[in-house]
Amino acid sequence: MSALARPRALPPAWSQDAAAAFVARYDGLRVRLPGDSTMRAAGAATFIARGLPGVRDEAWHFTSLRPLAETRFAEPLTPVADCAAMLARLPSLDAPRLVFVDGRFRDDLSVVPTQAAVRVGGPAYGALAKPEREPMVALNTMLAGDGAAIEVAEGVDAGALLLVSLGSGTAERPVAFHPRHSVHLGAGARLTLLDIALGEGTYLHNPVFELAVAASATLTHLRLQDESAAAFHVSTVYAEVAAAGTYDSFALTLGGKLARMEVHATLAGPGASAHLNAAQLLGGSQHADFTTVVSHVAPSCASRQTVKNVLTGRSRGVFQGKIEVARDAQKTDGYQMNQALLLSPDAEIDSKPELEIFADDVKCSHGATVGELDTEQLFYLRSRGVPQDVARAMLVRAFLTEALDPITHEAGRAMLEAAIEAWWERHTP
Amino acid sequence: MLKIEGLMASVDGKQILKGIDLVVPSGEVHAIMGPNGSGKSTLSYVLSGRDGYEVTGGTATFEGQDLLNMEPEARAAAGVFLAFQYPVELPGVNNANFLRTALNAQRRARGEAELDAVQFLKLARAETKRLSMPDDMLKRNVNVGFSGGEKKRNEVLQMAILRPKLAILDETDSGLDIDALKIVADGVNALRSPQTSALVITHYQRLLDYIVPDRVHVLAGGRIIRSGGPELALALEASGYAAVIADAA
Repeated sequence: MSALARPRALPPAWSQDAAAAFVARYDGLRVRLPGDSTMRAAGAATFIARGLPGVRDEAWHFTSLRPLAETRFAEPLTPVADCAAMLARLPSLDAPRLVFVDGRFRDDLSVVPTQAAVRVGGPAYGALAKPEREPMVALNTMLAGDGAAIEVAEGVDAGALLLVSLGSGTAERPVAFHPRHSVHLGAGARLTLLDIALGEGTYLHNPVFELAVAASATLTHLRLQDESAAAFHVSTVYAEVAAAGTYDSFALTLGGKLARMEVHATLAGPGASAHLNAAQLLGGSQHADFTTVVSHVAPSCASRQTVKNVLTGRSRGVFQGKIEVARDAQKTDGYQMNQALLLSPDAEIDSKPELEIFADDVKCSHGATVGELDTEQLFYLRSRGVPQDVARAMLVRAFLTEALDPITHEAGRAMLEAAIEAWWERHTP
Repeated sequence: MLKIEGLMASVDGKQILKGIDLVVPSGEVHAIMGPNGSGKSTLSYVLSGRDGYEVTGGTATFEGQDLLNMEPEARAAAGVFLAFQYPVELPGVNNANFLRTALNAQRRARGEAELDAVQFLKLARAETKRLSMPDDMLKRNVNVGFSGGEKKRNEVLQMAILRPKLAILDETDSGLDIDALKIVADGVNALRSPQTSALVITHYQRLLDYIVPDRVHVLAGGRIIRSGGPELALALEASGYAAVIADAA
């Protein structure tokens, strides 16, 4: 056998065992799983061939799924009746809501929208996901449970919609759920999706979103990941934006023991734009990863990414951002900035920007900064009478402002700011 | 009000202040003049409590309290204000919000009632107007994108709103044109009263034409080598620091 044809080294035993456990679940459940069985079988074949992603996969170099792999997940039980405490954490917003508990749609807790067509129950498989490229998406495809298929017709402004996931495993009986959602906005349509993930105890939430934005439509996707401290959160978003359309997203990561948000945005028509702004606020021994791939396929598209990390304790933040510019995507305007504020000497940030440009008339920039709170700024505030802890809080909030400022949906922004406030109170002595 | 005795301080192990004696009574404005590197800014930072300045001897009391043992925010609440030579930019911090947070923190520390947003805005608008500053200065981020003159005016605005008992002005005149200098001086003069004092640190006599001091002290090599009335500043302007330093030696 030539050196070139050398097979991939086998994944470690913990990874193989975990993959086998997920496959066994599929084997046991497949007759009962809802939805398109062909899609599911293809996902299963891919997952069986690939297994869980490992650190040898370049895309997972900084994030090891070992803690997830070492947890044996059970099927969610019939949803527990009482989610009152978690529901009370939702923003009081006069908007329709789709609530999923442990991955199952809960009609009794939901208010179905009138301005959008929604089909719930069973996975909402779309055409954008790439399970053959992303093993966690293959896992989702194989085991996908309920999801929401949301359609907004041409020219309709559907307002705001809450998409809520509540997780409720226990340490003795961790559960795993793999929701599969899709959104389709017709030409000129608008929707603000407030995507909220909360929970209690130990569980894996592995959702996949397929978002298709037609010409001149605008999808605003405000995400709050505030899972329980023992939870695993791995989410993958595929967004495809047609000419003059906008995918405007902000993702706030606060929760989870091990978390990853992966976003693939394709700017497929001229004049399309994507904003993938995010903030990760981590403490303790949390690990959170924000990974983006923006593909500029069509000319004259713009992408903006401002990603902020506030890291305390022994937490570790990861940002991987790739901008791909195809040969035909002239006049591309790509911007990416990743900044980290390390509030403890033991916190760590890994940042990996990547530009892959095949067009010759483009404007692309990226940058990264890592630092502590500025001592001059702190002294300036204190010299005006602001106590040290308040001064620190002011500077942390100021640091996050740049990423939050583009959010124009007031209630959505208020929800995110309240969550940041609560986080800060939990993480200051 | 302010009493400094034998104050010695070092930065990075280097002795900068080598025994300063200074008394600023209530109601008086004292000027500290001196060549570059004489310790002027170090004195202002030691008095306001900046990290990195190690006091190696002597005392400084403010209204009888040991100033050097207080946190910077406690000094501010007690009534000490430092107008920075290089005001710090705070991106993402709104100027009005910054001022209100500072004012209310000081009021809280003194056991006074806090101002609500409406009361505060009324006060801030009146002071902004008096200092010929555009209203939008309150809406902008603290010092971000401000010209040199605007930054200094913003320092004076903070002083006007916080109403300190002792204002320390660290080369507030540097980088100001004559119009801005007059506005800044007017702002400082407006705060003069029998209950307030100021320590005006400057390299040039020019500012003292507008803020006329009761006493002038010459700082050189970390010590005050000469003190006198306002005429001392004029003499310095005429003959230069070298002559005064040689005289004192």
